[in-house]
Amino acid sequence: MPDLKKLLPPIPDALKLQPRRAGTNPEPKGPVEQAAEAGTHAGAWIDERMQLSGAVRWAMVRKVPRHDWTYTLGFSVMFAFLSQAVTGVFLAMAYDPSTTNAYESIRYTTNEAFLGEFLRGMHKWGSTVMVVLVFLHMAQTFFYGAYKYPRELNWVIGVVLLILTMTMSFTGYLLPFDQRSYWATIVGVNINGTGPIVGPYLSDFLRAGPEFGATTLSRFYAIHMLLVPGAIGAMIGAHLWLVTRLGTTSPPWNKPRKQADS
Amino acid sequence: MNRKEKEEYLREYGQLKAEGEPFFPYAVAHDGIIAVVIMAIIIVMSLVLGAELGPKADPTSTTYVPRPEWYFFFLFELLRIIKPPQLVPLATIGVPTIGIILLMLLPFLDRGAERHPLKRPIATTTGILVIFAMGYLTFMGASAGSPNEIEMKAPAALAGPALVEWEKGRIVVGQSGCLACHKIGENGNDGPGPQLTHIASKLPEAAIAQTLRNPTAPMPSFKNLQTESPEKFKAMVSFLGQLN
Repeated sequence: MPDLKKLLPPIPDALKLQPRRAGTNPEPKGPVEQAAEAGTHAGAWIDERMQLSGAVRWAMVRKVPRHDWTYTLGFSVMFAFLSQAVTGVFLAMAYDPSTTNAYESIRYTTNEAFLGEFLRGMHKWGSTVMVVLVFLHMAQTFFYGAYKYPRELNWVIGVVLLILTMTMSFTGYLLPFDQRSYWATIVGVNINGTGPIVGPYLSDFLRAGPEFGATTLSRFYAIHMLLVPGAIGAMIGAHLWLVTRLGTTSPPWNKPRKQADS
Repeated sequence: MNRKEKEEYLREYGQLKAEGEPFFPYAVAHDGIIAVVIMAIIIVMSLVLGAELGPKADPTSTTYVPRPEWYFFFLFELLRIIKPPQLVPLATIGVPTIGIILLMLLPFLDRGAERHPLKRPIATTTGILVIFAMGYLTFMGASAGSPNEIEMKAPAALAGPALVEWEKGRIVVGQSGCLACHKIGENGNDGPGPQLTHIASKLPEAAIAQTLRNPTAPMPSFKNLQTESPEKFKAMVSFLGQLN
């Protein structure tokens, strides 16, 4: 194998990093050494004031049991959610949540805005991808018995996240305000209304009144882009906190290599 | 799990953890690769499938057949299968609510120490059955029509153009939302409107057409349908006129 160092252009002596001799005083340093350590200094400066290195070490430098690729499903869901958040922000820039202008603003995004249809497609199909990943993540947790002691509460948080995800797709469906979204929402809200006790109140809350009216759309918009995403973010935070605190499970067929001392 | 089982689990888990690998960089690298794959899937789906925008929402249209997003198809199909009106709330609210409550309670219902799927036959079988049931209902919901479809056999006496007209009327009546308040055979809700199963034996066709144009509130008038698409209106009347 050829010596790659010989292929590099010669470095002027003044720019060469001098190895430090044992026992010599490290000060004073040349400008190159100082520049090379700038990152470390900046990091140390910030950490001295934010005290974050402990938390980062706690979250990152910890051992996890040997695992397979299904253990990436949880992160995958979060990544799909982040993608929805980013594309959603860009869609919101051109959206007008009023019954008179909503359809027109979406038509503008789809047909005229730069990469508009691509952006809408990413948000629309991203929701499908996210729902599929949620179900896969849940199935994996179920079949691996990962909801058992001591992770019961994290399973409950996960079910809450499932409900929130479904709420997202239900409220988002109305926003383009075409025939499909309008009539599917009418049916969906009516179905909610048939529920016992809270059903009619829930329907009235969603519609912002007894009938589908001018404020229904802005209510769905507020639920879709403020209320539920905030709740999802908080719940993901709690979910991750517990995952880090309790550790990820081991696949149930893996056993410790060395037996415990009896 | 009793106390001994808990301690055993924690001890074994501690060992597995100690024998594992650091989260950073190993797990982080896996997650990074998956993130790229997911982004690629979303981008390809967006490019290939696009984002269509249908016609603008029209609250006055009476013939639009609503369809939900595909992951609600299984609920949609439940609604289609369960016809008796007193059971409809069970399909729409009961099944999902009970399902969610059972999901929430799962770790408190199943507290056994065993985690291996093959050594938990009840849990694993239930899980697989639920997945198959939801998959089946989703498939049926995707391939079936809407819950507004009227399932009925044509009267034996009809043939030729009259049968075609009846068939068309069956679809128009189904799409027009009549079933929300009227019962026709096994389809639709009993009330607030009267049953239409034998309406033709009470009213002649002309009177049916008159009622459609000039209904008693809260039934909507179909006058607009008659002016905008008279053949649909005609089909509707001839279908209803055959309900002896």
